[in-house]
Amino acid sequence: MQQEARLIQGNQAIVEGAIYAGARFYAGYPITPSSEIAEECSRVMPKVGGVYIQMEDEIASIAAVVGASLAGAKAFTATSGPGFSLMQENLGLAVMGEVPCVIINVQRAGPSTGLATRPAQSDVMQIRWGRHGDQAIISLSPSSVKECFTLTVQAFNFAEKFRVPVILAADEIVGHMRENFIAPAPGELEVIDRKRPTGPPDQYKPFVADEDGVAPLAAYGDKYVFHVSSSMHGPDGYSNNSPANATWRVTQLHRKLELHRDEIVLTRSFYTDDDIEVLLVAFGATTRAARAAALEARKNGIKAVVLQLITLWPFPDKEVAALGQNSKMIIVPEMNYAGQVAGEVQKALGSNKDIRRVNKYNGQIITPHDILKVMK
Amino acid sequence: MSYATGLKYLKDGVLPHMWCPGCGNGTVLGALLRAFEELKFKKEETVVVTGIGCWGKADDYVVTNALHTTHGRALAFATGIKAFNSKLNVVVLMGDGDSVTIGGNHFIHAARRNIDLTAIVVNNMNYGMTGGQVSGTTPSDKLTSTTVYGNPEREIDICTLAEVAGANYVARGTPYHGWELQKVITEALTKKGFSVVEVISPCPTHFGRNNKLKPALAMFRWLKEKAIPVEKYNPVTYPREEGYFPIGRLVDRDAPDFNSRYEEIRARAMRS
Repeated sequence: MQQEARLIQGNQAIVEGAIYAGARFYAGYPITPSSEIAEECSRVMPKVGGVYIQMEDEIASIAAVVGASLAGAKAFTATSGPGFSLMQENLGLAVMGEVPCVIINVQRAGPSTGLATRPAQSDVMQIRWGRHGDQAIISLSPSSVKECFTLTVQAFNFAEKFRVPVILAADEIVGHMRENFIAPAPGELEVIDRKRPTGPPDQYKPFVADEDGVAPLAAYGDKYVFHVSSSMHGPDGYSNNSPANATWRVTQLHRKLELHRDEIVLTRSFYTDDDIEVLLVAFGATTRAARAAALEARKNGIKAVVLQLITLWPFPDKEVAALGQNSKMIIVPEMNYAGQVAGEVQKALGSNKDIRRVNKYNGQIITPHDILKVMK
Repeated sequence: MSYATGLKYLKDGVLPHMWCPGCGNGTVLGALLRAFEELKFKKEETVVVTGIGCWGKADDYVVTNALHTTHGRALAFATGIKAFNSKLNVVVLMGDGDSVTIGGNHFIHAARRNIDLTAIVVNNMNYGMTGGQVSGTTPSDKLTSTTVYGNPEREIDICTLAEVAGANYVARGTPYHGWELQKVITEALTKKGFSVVEVISPCPTHFGRNNKLKPALAMFRWLKEKAIPVEKYNPVTYPREEGYFPIGRLVDRDAPDFNSRYEEIRARAMRS
């Protein structure tokens, strides 16, 4: 049955996407501009037999999410920059323990409390490297209300499939934007559940990966008894500090994502051409300005192409290189000072390629005009 | 009834344990595992959640489900487990650092929420694993590796904090009083709502050595002398300033726990 079109907010679409994906546990602490996600979850979760719990801070929120996930829930939390910073240590535990979970970071402008109600895209590196120690992680970035829904479903799917925390790098613009939205019918989008163990309980080892690089995960309360640890641990989950074990563990954490790199890395290109005059590499809400700028440039006969980075981490270096090598000019607009994504684009293309950066970090949106100015 | 050993919950080949001679942790773990046996807890339905530090290593010795977490956050992880699956027996093992120093806020809110967890807090009044530094429970004037002239701060009374924050069950014990300890742990494990058992425990390696309680036996003598059964305890005969403290069941009440309350909320949500 075709759903009706509704005018809804990005943050609401995130909640609907999470419920669609099977999320039944939300723990969080309110923070602008993500609070509507908590409010909506508090209303919806008890209706679908799930749990909403407002924890005492963001540290506790991600901890509760990890606990619920190990008890078998598809679990998530939402926050913004300052809260995301607080979550980092326990997010590292989720990486180490290979605990599926989703963290929505509706980015706002910092540093520190910064511009609490204004957008930014300045957590790109924090999302990748904010935790201590070696770790691999996945991050997706929506540019519209529809993508808030679909990428939340995708985030849960990746989290479940690869036993890894997935961070949805939204921003205030998409979080608070309202657009017409038609919810996908049940079954229209794929929903993936984590792989459960099937063998004899006494032989279950929660950290022994199958050929696909991912180990099955039981739930507390199943017939499988298992240990999960923030400390370096062996295949059975018990402490093991040997150098050989540490090498094996850390390699496993990276390997499972490397094996599935091409499945995880999602991009989309607009207005493709064989000979690209201008390549705009954009992500999140800025994709919209980039697309408008490209259309405007095309009116003036400039072959402008937009590459949207849907996956931010692992970084789409191959995809950037494939289009970037054939482009005369490359522009990366992003709402941060240092060009956090532009630096990665540069790495993907090599130092001889000139990357033009469009950076805005005053809480104001990047406009098509801002981008068109640097094409000249 | 046969004498409970708790051995079926102890991992094979892990003894002798890693704790120092004279430490109380082994005794507390023994009491906990015997309590599991007494209550016929199934390994599959039991989750031991630990924090960081000496007592936080306890999960290495158990064969139930376990989650070894970050410093101070064990209660928050456990809250997520219990809130999602109310059928699980969730036991949280923390030291004085985890429970009321770095983790003080989580402790207050777990008690306020009255979530059905059992917290076994081993309080050795200092940070043993990192070298005997001051803790939120180190008594005033006591010597630690970071209060070499005496502790200028006051200590938190874990049981009083648990009581005022809303825990349904609060008890105190010591490893010197092993049988009594097992009894209050058993009560705590069966009690619905947030339960706390504080175990005042010797750390001869650091606290005892720094505070003229040598050898390890001296700390057990000190526990024997200062721990007074709550039935006999009164603050006039046994002043707190002289280090006396009551042991036994201190608080026992039946406020509704988080999961029961949330069931009511779900029912309301369904009707709306």
